Amino acid sequence: MSEHSHSAADARIAEIVKDNQVVLFMKGTPLFPQCGFSSRAIAILEHLGVEYASVDVLQDMEIRQGIKSYSDWPTIPQLYIGGEFVGGSDIMMEMFEAGELQQMVEGLKQAG
Amino acid sequence: MAMPAGEIEALIRAALPGAEVTITDLAGDGDHYAAHVVAPDFAGKSRIAQHQMVYRALGGRMGGELHALQLTTAVPT
Repeated sequence: MSEHSHSAADARIAEIVKDNQVVLFMKGTPLFPQCGFSSRAIAILEHLGVEYASVDVLQDMEIRQGIKSYSDWPTIPQLYIGGEFVGGSDIMMEMFEAGELQQMVEGLKQAG
Repeated sequence: MAMPAGEIEALIRAALPGAEVTITDLAGDGDHYAAHVVAPDFAGKSRIAQHQMVYRALGGRMGGELHALQLTTAVPT
């Protein structure tokens, strides 16, 4: 992959995470997740009752590759809240079980 | 492509001295694993950083050769 396409992907990802307070990079869509890990991430977000955006990386090769280096994280799904990388589905589950994800979302509601 | 559990465990142990690694083959197909890693090196690190250390130990296999690894990490108590 050329330098150019790297930075183009980075710029697009930076814009997505800036424009959406909660965004999940996933395989498939919230209604039809294409992977068990993405499905688990969606279930957590639905349970939180938070508004979120999603990006289907299967429809976008540039983002699919770019997000891995952008976050320094090798797998999909990836959750961003308030422009910050939160983690993949395992970390989401741990944070959900500890009540930390709920706190982050509450913080957003109050800030917004 | 599948990867034997022993190989996953060896790679993690090699990168994280003193780590306790518990691997579960979730589907019995050598391709869907859960790993619980308890390592002294995790002390003071965020969850993201702890997971990144394990992914680095696996040297690029994660997301490729190794499709599904559910990961939990902890500092020894």
